[in-house]
Amino acid sequence: MRRQEILKWNGWGYNDSKFIFNKKGQAEFTGKRYRLGGMVLPTFKEWIEKTFGASLEHKTTSRASLNVNDVPPPIVNEEFLQDLRATKISYSQDAEDRVFRAHGHCLHEIFVLREGMFKRIPDIVVWPVSHEDVVKIVELACKHNLCIIPFGGGTSVSSALECPEEEKRTIVSLDTSQMNRILWIDEKNLTACVEAGIIGQDLEKQLSESGFCTGHEPDSMEFSSLGGWVATRASGMKKNIYGNIEDLVIHIKMVTPRGIVEKNCQVPRMSTGPDIHHFIMGSEGTLGVVTEVTIKIRPLPEYQKYGSVVFPNFERGVACLREVAKQRCAPASIRLVDNAQFQFGHALKPQVASIFTSFLDGLKKFYITKFKGFDPNILCVATLLFEGDREKVLQHEKQVYDIATKFGGLAAGEDNGQRGYMLTFVIAYLRDLGLDYYVIGESFETSVPWDRVLDLCRNVKERIVRECKEKGVQFAPFSTCRVTQTYDAGACVYFYFAFNYRGISDPIHVYEEIERAAREEILANGGSLSHHHGVGKLRKRWMKESISDVGLGMLRSVKEYVDPNNIFGNKNLL
Amino acid sequence: MVRSSISGSGTALLYFPGAVPLSQVHPSALLLCSEDRGELRHPRSALQPCKPRTTTAVTTYRSELSGSRVLSCISSKCVSASLQKELTSKKRDEFEDILEERRLSSDLRYAMKCYTPVIYKGLSPCKPNAIKSVVLQSEQVQYVIKQLAKEMGESPDIIQEEATEILDEMGHSMQLGTVRFFAFTLSKIFKQLFQRVCVNEEGMQRLQRAIQEHPVVLLPSHRSYVDFLMLSYLLYTYDLALPVIAAGIDFLGMKIVGELLRRAGAFFMRRSFGGNRLYWAVFAEYVKTMLRNGYAPIEFFLEGTRSRTAKTLTPKFGLLSIVMEPFFKREVFDTYLVPISISYERILEESLYAYELLGVPKPKESTSGLLKARRILSDNFGTIHIYVGQPVSLRTLASGRINLCPYNLVPRHLPQKPTEDIQEFVSDVAYKMELLQIENMVLSPWVLVAAVLLQNLPAMDFELLIEKTVWLKGLTQTFGGFIEWPDNLCAKKAVTSGLSLHSNIARLVDGHVVLNDKGVEDGAVGEIVFKRALVILMCSTYRNQLLNVFVRPSLVALALQMTRSFRKEEVYSSFSFLRDIFSDEFIFFPGISLKDFEEGCFLLTKCDAIQATQQEIYPTDKGSVVVSFLSAMFRPFVEGYQLIFRYLSKETKEAFTEKQFIPGVRNFVFQLLEKGTTQCYEALSSDMQKNALAALVQLGAVKKKKMANGFSYSVNQEAIHKILDVFEATEDAEPDHNEFLFPEYEILIEPEEPEFPADSTVDPDDEKGAVDASKKLEKQEESRVTSTTSDALDEETLEAMAKHETKEDKIFQTFKDRITVEPEQIIRYCRGGEGPIWVSGENIPEEKDIPNCLCGAKRVFEFQIMPQLLNHLKVDSLEESIDWGTLVVYTCAENCSAENKKLN
Repeated sequence: MRRQEILKWNGWGYNDSKFIFNKKGQAEFTGKRYRLGGMVLPTFKEWIEKTFGASLEHKTTSRASLNVNDVPPPIVNEEFLQDLRATKISYSQDAEDRVFRAHGHCLHEIFVLREGMFKRIPDIVVWPVSHEDVVKIVELACKHNLCIIPFGGGTSVSSALECPEEEKRTIVSLDTSQMNRILWIDEKNLTACVEAGIIGQDLEKQLSESGFCTGHEPDSMEFSSLGGWVATRASGMKKNIYGNIEDLVIHIKMVTPRGIVEKNCQVPRMSTGPDIHHFIMGSEGTLGVVTEVTIKIRPLPEYQKYGSVVFPNFERGVACLREVAKQRCAPASIRLVDNAQFQFGHALKPQVASIFTSFLDGLKKFYITKFKGFDPNILCVATLLFEGDREKVLQHEKQVYDIATKFGGLAAGEDNGQRGYMLTFVIAYLRDLGLDYYVIGESFETSVPWDRVLDLCRNVKERIVRECKEKGVQFAPFSTCRVTQTYDAGACVYFYFAFNYRGISDPIHVYEEIERAAREEILANGGSLSHHHGVGKLRKRWMKESISDVGLGMLRSVKEYVDPNNIFGNKNLL
Repeated sequence: MVRSSISGSGTALLYFPGAVPLSQVHPSALLLCSEDRGELRHPRSALQPCKPRTTTAVTTYRSELSGSRVLSCISSKCVSASLQKELTSKKRDEFEDILEERRLSSDLRYAMKCYTPVIYKGLSPCKPNAIKSVVLQSEQVQYVIKQLAKEMGESPDIIQEEATEILDEMGHSMQLGTVRFFAFTLSKIFKQLFQRVCVNEEGMQRLQRAIQEHPVVLLPSHRSYVDFLMLSYLLYTYDLALPVIAAGIDFLGMKIVGELLRRAGAFFMRRSFGGNRLYWAVFAEYVKTMLRNGYAPIEFFLEGTRSRTAKTLTPKFGLLSIVMEPFFKREVFDTYLVPISISYERILEESLYAYELLGVPKPKESTSGLLKARRILSDNFGTIHIYVGQPVSLRTLASGRINLCPYNLVPRHLPQKPTEDIQEFVSDVAYKMELLQIENMVLSPWVLVAAVLLQNLPAMDFELLIEKTVWLKGLTQTFGGFIEWPDNLCAKKAVTSGLSLHSNIARLVDGHVVLNDKGVEDGAVGEIVFKRALVILMCSTYRNQLLNVFVRPSLVALALQMTRSFRKEEVYSSFSFLRDIFSDEFIFFPGISLKDFEEGCFLLTKCDAIQATQQEIYPTDKGSVVVSFLSAMFRPFVEGYQLIFRYLSKETKEAFTEKQFIPGVRNFVFQLLEKGTTQCYEALSSDMQKNALAALVQLGAVKKKKMANGFSYSVNQEAIHKILDVFEATEDAEPDHNEFLFPEYEILIEPEEPEFPADSTVDPDDEKGAVDASKKLEKQEESRVTSTTSDALDEETLEAMAKHETKEDKIFQTFKDRITVEPEQIIRYCRGGEGPIWVSGENIPEEKDIPNCLCGAKRVFEFQIMPQLLNHLKVDSLEESIDWGTLVVYTCAENCSAENKKLN
């Protein structure tokens, strides 16, 4: 089945899942894939109107389907096609197939899909089914001097999948989706060897059949691939237990124009000079195609429990997270959302079935705001996810809540926590809704030392508000953040930022300028260029500043050795 | 009163109505008439009035912080184009008198009013003592305490104790009660002292918004102790958060008052604490804590101390870099810097300052001193103008300028020496803020009067002074100066009221304005010089207020005079030289010499004083007045610096300290003044002396070495001589006159040699005092003597030409013969005697051509003015300057005195 049959061609996720306004004018999430599916969200419309000054009467719609005539014609050398046919690897020059693989999910890419056309897209899509197929394709590419852009889940948010406009050679989109088997599972060593094209949720589903999991859950795990995680240095929500991709990976096999790179053994650690895995992880498709990955697996957790804590303000919340990190007792996931995001989450609360729950809500609200003296416009919420065996989870839970109490935190129930995590999966759908009503938005992230978290959050949000004002955005933007990961030495901070662009002639340009300013602000505040989204082409301009001239030179020299003819010419990173 | 008629080419006749002996004719009444151009000039006082330029909008020059530091090619077209963009016309706010209401309503009620100031949005309110403990417990201070404990092997507790003491000495303890006490007493005092206290209300409104948005730093100019009292008073009046003020520790020496100030929000800093790490850490953290919390606006003086000269002092960077650090480290989103210009019509401490500059030590701050100062309460100090400038966002200033990497790689609580980038930025911001202060300093009419008066000592005709003041007003406005001409007062009233407010400096005597140096006539020479210096320094305090507005065009004007050629590059190089020399004297934004030059040229072009082409700059005919005035304005500095340099080149031992230097150079200048070899009283100012020394240090002509107690200086003689040479070259190059001021000579009176027996018999007694014999530098005299040889050569050529003379030219031949004996003669006097010698046969008047005196009597020849005078006055260029063959003056034969009184 072709991907575009179940996935949107011009937006995020599944075709059947989206936010709509029903006949009563109430917001509703369609489809049955998510817990929120089919539910009415009574307060959401009001929140949108209040937050963005958007009105449901002002609508802008995407074109309904791709106009094939707009698509640039493929440039494909007949000799190559002959050679390709000889390998029996399936391929396509169909316009829809090619356009689908010409982009990731940056705002400007989606905007182009809705209203314009890319200047350069892949000329041909190939579907290797195994490591050997990939070897053949790379060999052909070297022989015919083609450009290969590996394509995994297509969820990039760094312009990494965009084809360089000036690329004159045939661009081959190497879609890894057919390399999706688990090759073997080693229960003694708790490892599994998996083909790199496998999609996150399939991997977890298949492993769970054997009673295992990887525990790697980036927000995009429904659509992103193992190979993509490796190529971008991905991070998962539950990294506190399972680790980030660099902690999970035991062995990588990658096909490069220079040949195949791999190690001689599958060991937990080795001292053989700089780890060559670290050239591969984060290489963003500039060196070759990751074909097979041996990854750590864990037995499925016996017990999972959500939780949440309300703090009187963001400062106290951050202090609590810092303390949790210091005591190294962070649950599988711990996140702290600021007040704006808390209210946002609140607006996405579905209509409650019984009067009783509603009554309970009211009671809780009363308790928190009146009895405890929390200001609903200042308080913030931490969401928690515990995993493990039941007893330990309960013990762990108590430890964390005890710490929270010291920082003025107040346990706010499982429900709030669970909704918080659910939101991360549906929030990507919200952008498509916003786009229909002149609201554009995006998320971006960074990592930062603990002592600068508060300053960075405040300054970046303020900077966004200011830049919007300066750039003529008429309604105050929605600018919010959450601390999504805790480490010993710092945290990962995630920002959402959206605004109503009515009255602005070139919203994408304005948006990009503001995002750029926000990134400058992050860097000035001692934050990193990226925690897990990667650099792609979107953030290349700051690479030198980030890793110094010499550092950049080191990476370049690897690229020059591995791929002297720039076969992997997506122009990311360097 | 004087009529002149022109009797044809080459000869002009002047008639005095009534017989007026020359002795009674005031120079300014003597008008020369040029036939060619029909221009009127005052030959003696030589102030040519120019019509005041009417400027509708006050334009100001905003110096760009991000100004290019690269010298681009000097091209006039791109210069004016880019400058025009920068010289954006800016409307300044209106003023409001806050004392007016105080005079109408109860001070007590005002002091007890409900005071609920707006505060910073992120403020978490806390008591002064809480701040101290936050500071003490801060990582920053604790880190330094631990470090010191380790290094000195002492227990941290002891050092912590020390830190607590420092904090107690330093910290303010603002109390509303004390604030109200001040509100009450200051109302009384201010009403007594000042006529009006004018504030731009829009500025206060902007400040109010700024205070809510981001931490605010108030940067007022510093001319008087009144500054900070007034500013707090103002903020109280407008219901704004009262500032905490960095005050010198000397105030603590004052009993009660020190404590009172502390309770009104002052915190105290030692004058120097560079070496004391604990003090530095505690102080910096104290200031930063208040800033970060948005506790209160922080106020300090960029100039570091009160300017004794009313000229903005070069900025100090220490406190500024402290208040900027929270932004650099992104502990705050932004910080507002608010330049505030406080201008006094009359400065409370004016005479104290003058004494201080002359080396009579300033009395230490003491309460009894303050009580004595009550005497001044009976005096009138005019109007104060407070202009609260646009708050400047530090973030905007830093945008694109600062690489923050160094702050990202070190924990923020560690003390860190700022990088060069940062230091340069801090310095740029400091200068920018001072330039903004200068831009909004209000100039009173008296400032203009003082500037004119100082160029016309010892006495100046009152009417002329008014005329000239009005002219200067126009020029000042063209240059962007901010003049408040009270209620559109007519010029005469404005000048008169200025004179009456400053009667201690100048007064009107018989239609002339003279400096008020009473008692100068009697007393020893030294005392005379001192008294004169005192009043000149006081007067220059007011002129000084113009200098930073005028400095760029004026240095161009000076450079034009220094440079022999009109080539732009050469003028620019002289300009650069002057700018470097005066870098501590006036406020220049660092590193943008070319831009300053362009601005100077632009302003001069704007007032038609110069014309600039691609390669050349030259003064226009009209503009020479402006050019001369401008260079004369800065002449005291040129001369003063030369004297100081000369002292250093001749009189100094190998190494010296500042304590030796100041009295040394003072004595040196004093002696020269006593001898009369210089008139540059301003060189006695210790301010000028220090600035000159600092400039030399910067130029590398003096080496500054840090010693155990203070600094020691040693002179690089070669470098000093080089600088002196440039100056002296200037002097040669300068025309001894400009069309503005004629050069001065001594007139020698001698009877004509007996070879011509039939000639005049001059009675010397008649001439005594007839001519205002003026001194001039001996040097000029010498050059005059040498120049006679070249004159003689001219004579020979003339002789050769004479061979072709016709009969009619015989008269000319006679003329020549008569003057050969004394070729330099300028006046021939022979009342009722032989009559004039004519230069040409044409237009010799007959008796009937000479009108009778008003009394009816005949007019007889008294004296004639020879054309040689033109040569001496350097107005002998053909076709361009005034010209005459001879001027003949006939006076009443009866010697009547009919018109005498009117003439005076």
